[in-house]
Amino acid sequence: MTTPLVSATGLTKVFEVGSSGLFGLRKPASLRAVDEVSLTINAGETLGLVGESGCGKSTLGRLLLRLIEPTAGRIAFDGSDITGLGRSAMRAVRRSMQIVFQDPYGALNPRMSVEDIIAEPLLIHGAKPGAETRRKVTEMLGKVGLPARALDRFPHEFSGGQRQRIGIARALVLHPRLIVCDEAVSALDVSVQAQIVNLLQDLQREMGLTYLFIAHDLSVVRHISDRVAVMYLGKVVEIADKRTIYSAPLHPYTRALIAAVPAQHPAQRSRGRRERIAGDIPSALNPPSGCRFHTRCPHVMAVCRERAPVLTEPAPGHQVACHLIEAPQA
Amino acid sequence: MKLLEVRDLTTAFMTGRGEVNAIEEVSFSLEEGQILGIVGESGSGKSVTALTVMGLLPRPPARIAAGQVLFGGRDLTKLSEREMQAVRGPGISMIFQEPMTSLNPVFSIGDQIMETIAAHERLPQAELRRRAIAMLDKVGIPSAARRLDDYPHQMSGGQRQRVMIAMALACNPKLLIADEPTTALDVTIQAQILDLLMDLRDEFGMGIVIITHNMGVIAETADRVMVMYAGRVIEEAPVATIFDRPLHPYTRGLLECVPSLTEDRARLVAIPGTLPEPARRPPGCRFAPRCLHAEPACGTAIPLLETLEPAHSAACFRARELASP
Repeated sequence: MTTPLVSATGLTKVFEVGSSGLFGLRKPASLRAVDEVSLTINAGETLGLVGESGCGKSTLGRLLLRLIEPTAGRIAFDGSDITGLGRSAMRAVRRSMQIVFQDPYGALNPRMSVEDIIAEPLLIHGAKPGAETRRKVTEMLGKVGLPARALDRFPHEFSGGQRQRIGIARALVLHPRLIVCDEAVSALDVSVQAQIVNLLQDLQREMGLTYLFIAHDLSVVRHISDRVAVMYLGKVVEIADKRTIYSAPLHPYTRALIAAVPAQHPAQRSRGRRERIAGDIPSALNPPSGCRFHTRCPHVMAVCRERAPVLTEPAPGHQVACHLIEAPQA
Repeated sequence: MKLLEVRDLTTAFMTGRGEVNAIEEVSFSLEEGQILGIVGESGSGKSVTALTVMGLLPRPPARIAAGQVLFGGRDLTKLSEREMQAVRGPGISMIFQEPMTSLNPVFSIGDQIMETIAAHERLPQAELRRRAIAMLDKVGIPSAARRLDDYPHQMSGGQRQRVMIAMALACNPKLLIADEPTTALDVTIQAQILDLLMDLRDEFGMGIVIITHNMGVIAETADRVMVMYAGRVIEEAPVATIFDRPLHPYTRGLLECVPSLTEDRARLVAIPGTLPEPARRPPGCRFAPRCLHAEPACGTAIPLLETLEPAHSAACFRARELASP
């Protein structure tokens, strides 16, 4: 049995929004961005996390790192509960968990040199500036495929792919165990994206990293992940081994997502041949009753409008929350 | 019958480093009812090509240094802004990647569609309204008559892109240019919008140019494909040919670096290096510094687009040799 590096239990985040609207007249409302999510990430694996914009996948990533505080639920890292840790205890844990962001332009301070950007996490965690720090920074720069002469240069002197390499070096310099990649390759041109995906995989092998890979591109997620979780409006609707989820998805939403991926050859054109889901993702401020997908689901039943399905495990390691799957057992 | 013919188009921009060609010697044509896909990465010149055809680049800093854009028997590069305004709408119209920034937030979507129609046709208000509702209906906005008075912020990203398409088609254009029309959208919405564009092409018979960085969007929609790299056309062919027998090493690289949705691969085949900035393009073949097949000759002269098979052309000195088994 593999041991989970991270486990989330009933993790929930509610944002209070709208109270300050124009003239302060708008009614306050609650947005359940992440709603009772329970999942685990095993040491050394890559868990892919997919779903449409607004489904809560980025919020979930930040909750696991406690970059934002959960409204309810618990997070365990390497076997110990970190939900209630105070600032200084949390700082020690945070050495082991880092994040790589989508936008390499916004995530790097334009006035800092590459050396300072990569050294900053070391200095925050108690290293002294000097030869030893510089050696660590140079070593990490080499690991991400940048030459040592990049040290004295500034972010604007680099291309998007190179900037993402700098962001990765900064995340890895403390030798963390968990990296949350939040759309880390989404903004890159495809020819460069492949380089960064290869780099992430090489570093994972070399440094024994565990990844939560958040992305909306389903083919990149399939390539890099061991298991994949699918979110819809704050809920995890399906989790399985990547081959299972792509070849035999059970949830109608997962099936619709995969069917919507454009063909890889004109002979497989999907127009008129594949089932489409109609409409847009509903507002998280006013989510549908029962199963949140019922407004777009081609297989909707009466029960779906009334009761939210719970995550069940129809096959070992394959979890799904759908009344269609629950029904046979009832 | 050729709907649009672009010949040897070169558009230059005045920059801090002097004048730089954003696109060079771009030639292509499009027939009625055809969908041409233009694919390329950042800095390839695909959007500049579209904006030059539309006459939407501010001049200066832009300048059409050479070439012609033939549409409806006229060279659009020679027209005045006033004459171009009459072409935009009933002749050629365009949709953009980001529907939120392309719509005016302080006018209802109905007002914006009616304004577009009114700019080209004198019609009574009631008739304008009827036409706007019919257009919204056509692009799949539910309860169109009620949504007409909504503002852009009241709609989702997918619906805003539908509104953009309704505006673009309101004057029944002969040619629609769609610049990354689905890049900002989720994959389920992207599929809906691509289906819609193809349905509208079938119904109205207009030509469509789809500009994208996504080979999947090309596979789903295009009849012919033009691949651009660093401001130049490097390959052009019917869509099945591009996927089955790409001749240019860059096109092959673009197809190989995309991960598969069905097969396991240990590693992706990445193209080494980065895309050159317009002001720092290498001499000779623009792709040579990243090309695994480059020879010394590739670094000195620019290979021109050459027809190597019927309806299939590529700009590579070694294309013929690399294609033979």
